[in-house]
Amino acid sequence: MMLNETLIPKIGVVTDIRQDTPDVKTFRVVGTDGNKLFEHIPGQCAMLSVPGVGEGMFSITSSPTNREYMEFSIKKCGCLTTWLHMMDVGQQITVRGPYGNGFPVESTFKGKDLLFVAGGIGLAPLRSVINYVRDNRANYGKVQIVYGSRSMDDLVDYKEIIDEWMKDDGIEVNLTIDREQEGWDGHVGFVPNYVKELNPDLSKTVVMCGPPIMIKFTLAGLKELGFNETQVFTTMELRMKCAVGKCGRCNIGNKYVCKDGPVFRFDQLDELPNEY
Amino acid sequence: MFRLPADKLNEFFAAIASAQSLYIPVDGDDGRASYKKWTEGTALSKALNTVRSAKDFFFPQTTDICDFNMNGKNIEIIDNRTESEDFVIFGVRACDARSFTILDKVFLAEPIDTYYATRREHGTVITMACTEPEENCFCGVFGIDAAAPEGDAACWMTEDSLYIKANTEKGEKFIESIKSMLEECDSSAVDAQKAKTKEILEKLPFANVSTDYFRKNTLLDIFGSEHWKKLSESCLGCGTCTFVCPTCQCYDIKDYDTGHGIKRYRTWDSCMYSDFTRMAHGNSRNSQVERFRQRFMHKLVYFPDNNNGEFGCVGCGRCLSRCPISMNIIKVIKTFGEE
Repeated sequence: MMLNETLIPKIGVVTDIRQDTPDVKTFRVVGTDGNKLFEHIPGQCAMLSVPGVGEGMFSITSSPTNREYMEFSIKKCGCLTTWLHMMDVGQQITVRGPYGNGFPVESTFKGKDLLFVAGGIGLAPLRSVINYVRDNRANYGKVQIVYGSRSMDDLVDYKEIIDEWMKDDGIEVNLTIDREQEGWDGHVGFVPNYVKELNPDLSKTVVMCGPPIMIKFTLAGLKELGFNETQVFTTMELRMKCAVGKCGRCNIGNKYVCKDGPVFRFDQLDELPNEY
Repeated sequence: MFRLPADKLNEFFAAIASAQSLYIPVDGDDGRASYKKWTEGTALSKALNTVRSAKDFFFPQTTDICDFNMNGKNIEIIDNRTESEDFVIFGVRACDARSFTILDKVFLAEPIDTYYATRREHGTVITMACTEPEENCFCGVFGIDAAAPEGDAACWMTEDSLYIKANTEKGEKFIESIKSMLEECDSSAVDAQKAKTKEILEKLPFANVSTDYFRKNTLLDIFGSEHWKKLSESCLGCGTCTFVCPTCQCYDIKDYDTGHGIKRYRTWDSCMYSDFTRMAHGNSRNSQVERFRQRFMHKLVYFPDNNNGEFGCVGCGRCLSRCPISMNIIKVIKTFGEE
């Protein structure tokens, strides 16, 4: 009997598909027995594949507190993701994981006031943490979510934000879109500027994910306000094949994003080459 | 230590091959050596080393991962893995023997790569001491002794004898299995050969190349150096260095439609290639400078940082002989060292 081989995946069944934005869909996945495939920590990822098309790393956007299924919010941007977007409910795909370190929800984050900053599809990995915190509310302080997108149509999970997050006590949600749009009476402007305007309390721990340009300027803005890099966490993505630190491509310096990451603190990234 | 009369070498190979597959370096028609399965009449090559490294035995150029049967919306996964057969690789040089322990640090780290592990478990490595190291050899730079190789058991060939000594438990078992052919002896003949080889090793052109620079400077300083641009200027990105390298372990995972299903396999890949890190939204190593830097930073900085200072190079010299533009790790080490 040979040991389990991590490169050999399990079968996942797509039980629900939700169109979140014109180019983002959220897929609900369970095992062939109808149960969740495996447990994970918020921020961890899984390799999804369509045999014959390809395999890729995606963040698990559902919270581990969801005992029934896993969800993946996927933006259509390449070969594999286009195929995934063409799927119907009932389609089987392959899944392996969980991979990566995840966010320190049971250590560093505990008892802290949290500020989530997300741009576009960058909300996908943070949604897992946000819902985990909501489901374990007593363990965390105040929660503030700043989320921005190109337009109101591009806000991922918009319904959940309005119907659930905004109604929760102790959660402040600040949405913004890049340009004025008919039917939008919320904030207009880029995320980095909005974060500065909101002038968050310096005691907050920041969790950030979004396009590189947003991350760069938001981090600069937070530092201007007086935040320290040790307070700011992000999650990275680079091309991956094995997901276990052996195939050699997702490294930033001597760290592999797949196993040492994808979650890094900015002071940790400072010690690594700027090659991402 | 044990001794076998040199004229009994063929019988010795036959005895090993009767119990398990035996692979030895053999000269090809083009005069280049490669590992071949021993059968009656196969002669051991006298070449300094094989063109391809011995990593193929444990990490072959392609490995089947699993098969998929696609049926409408359904997928069936077929795990075709089998235990490796027992085999012996005879005549591995000291450099290649060390490369196995370097590959072990990658493939046997959790989660264990089962494809590699089963081959490693069933393979016995019998090394052969070098007597005529050449100008491209620099294993000594990485603390490897070409005259006293590692491996499960080490051999020394003299004009009239083959000497063999176990280094591991597996090596002891191996010697036990062919002991009836061997006679016990002292190490005087081997010691004399070692002393002679040592003299040659000390005079090799790269014998005194120092890797100190890479220990004394920080990852970010070395990464940010001006040298990379000049060093990589003429690199063609052909990837030859990575394919002949005994320690290069980067791989790709690909699917192949056989017409009756999908075969998923892994295949050697190269960090020197432009699509190695290319994603739908961009490429983290966009130019050859970055890809070239990655290869040498990995061997000289990243790998040592993660593995108690051990460099990811064994000084076999294959990249020196094979690079079409004569760029190599020695030039990289020297350029930084002369700063």
